Amino acid sequence: MASVPDSSIVAPAIAASPARSELMRQRLRAVGWFLVPMLAVLAIVAGWPLARTIYFSFTNASLTDLYGAHWVGFHNYLDWKALKSGRILWSGLLVDAAWWNAVWNTVRFSVVSVSLETLFGTVVALVLNAEFKGRGVVRTAVLVPWAIPTIVSARMWSWMLNDQFGIINDILLRLGFIDHKIAWTASADTAMVAVLIVDIWKTTPFMALLILAGLQMIPRDIYEAADIDGVHPVKQFFRITLPLVRPALMVAVIFRMLDSMRIFDLIYVLTPNSSQTKTISVLARENLFDFDKFAYGSAESTMLFLIIALMTIIYIWLGRVRFDGGTR
Amino acid sequence: MTIVKYVKVAAFYSLVAFIVVVSVFPFYYAILTSFKSGTALFEINYIPRNFDLSNYVTVMTGGTFVRNLGNSLLVATLVVALALLLAVTAAFALARIKFRGRGLLLLTILAVSMFPQIAVLAGLFELVRAFGIFNTPLALIFSYTIFTLPFTVWVLTTFMRDLPIEIEEAAIVDGASPWVIITRVFMPLMWPALVTTGLLAFIAAWNEFLFALTFTSSNEMRTVPVAIALLSGASEQEVPWGNIMAASVIVTAPLVVLVLIFQRKVVQGLTAGGVKG
Repeated sequence: MASVPDSSIVAPAIAASPARSELMRQRLRAVGWFLVPMLAVLAIVAGWPLARTIYFSFTNASLTDLYGAHWVGFHNYLDWKALKSGRILWSGLLVDAAWWNAVWNTVRFSVVSVSLETLFGTVVALVLNAEFKGRGVVRTAVLVPWAIPTIVSARMWSWMLNDQFGIINDILLRLGFIDHKIAWTASADTAMVAVLIVDIWKTTPFMALLILAGLQMIPRDIYEAADIDGVHPVKQFFRITLPLVRPALMVAVIFRMLDSMRIFDLIYVLTPNSSQTKTISVLARENLFDFDKFAYGSAESTMLFLIIALMTIIYIWLGRVRFDGGTR
Repeated sequence: MTIVKYVKVAAFYSLVAFIVVVSVFPFYYAILTSFKSGTALFEINYIPRNFDLSNYVTVMTGGTFVRNLGNSLLVATLVVALALLLAVTAAFALARIKFRGRGLLLLTILAVSMFPQIAVLAGLFELVRAFGIFNTPLALIFSYTIFTLPFTVWVLTTFMRDLPIEIEEAAIVDGASPWVIITRVFMPLMWPALVTTGLLAFIAAWNEFLFALTFTSSNEMRTVPVAIALLSGASEQEVPWGNIMAASVIVTAPLVVLVLIFQRKVVQGLTAGGVKG
């Protein structure tokens, strides 16, 4: 996996003098001392809580009674009860309409937002990669949405998207794109659109910067050669730029995909209580802390973890993406 | 031919202008709104016409906003210091010493930074209560380590890997132990990387919402993002937009300034760590 471009010191296989191997031993001992504190902290703050969440999902724990919980097997996930009439009553997460609605919202949000962010990010990156006057200003401006906290951007945009006094409706009315004011965040049809607008605005800069880093690694002389051969710029883009920038693009897309699957804050603030935008994270937290269905919420959290883990494994397996930063 | 060229240039610069306006306008509009009060709030204008500081006065004097700012600052600073302390030595081991399982370990660390926060929320909540730190800054410092630590380790590892091996060999010949190599040889070279990584981790901690919302319960203990998210009026119609925008500007302005000052470094760190703020 991590075939690190090696600057670490390895003992030469043949000339392993005693002094040299003593050095190696010292260094290997240092590995232990240097890594153990970090790993211990990660185990306490990540490993243990994850294990406990998974455990809770197999119990009937409630917020008020965490320790009186007992094991209920897969009850929170899928269970059935045979009624006297012979009918079988299914229960649990996997037959819960609210759960599947959240899954659908999460997938819908992730796919659309990441696709559009990749598209816009590529455009912005190409602009930033071109040489023109005022490039520095543009690069600076593009960083602004990234620097603004998600919560702040959610509130800024909910003011801009306000149905009565929002500036977005005003702009669209003036330009003649709409003929009446739209309640962006409140109405069921547009709630998801509103969330997407804000997320794309906020995250495209990140995409653009990652893609730009990839673009800047492409040697200029390839383009010069193509120019001499009279290759059309559009063709140059699809035949040279795109294939060469693909590794950087893939890493960016994967990071964003995994990140967008867990979205919580933007939706919690921008469109609270809208079933059109409720994602897995929002639903799980609601069950955990607002509805006192702690175990059920844990089951939903666990499922999200499994989905994301599975996606990561598939990505690594299919794409053989090198996460060690060795994209050079 | 020349006309075509002019059209092309014009099209390119309109695209540039569009990108700049879309990026900056929402923040500009927030600043503009924050200087309005009373009925002026509900008149839409595109250029600044009002300069009323009453929203800022209300936010800074009424309520707990100053306290919230302090909390955010305290939590983010301490969690970054803690993460950097643990990460420097770990990154040295991961970047400069070859040992079995290194690749797997790196992958695990990356995986932790990609954890959905919600997956650990229930377990962390239990721990926070068991430690008796619910509704204190300690709960946040503790829980934020889950994303700051893997991130700092990851970025510092990529930075350290690029340091020339000759320096280290020279130190080894002089009999320096790994600890001395880190503190005396690498640290002076690492300052830029530490600043970048620290800044990015700071921003991530400053912006965090889910843990802060869950592990604090009283207004005095909240961090800024939660305070802003929960800032609301008595009803849907009475949302204090002026105050919200003033608070938003207060929190965001320092970040924007920091990011602009450290622009180059931020971009470097972002592309090395692949992280979203």
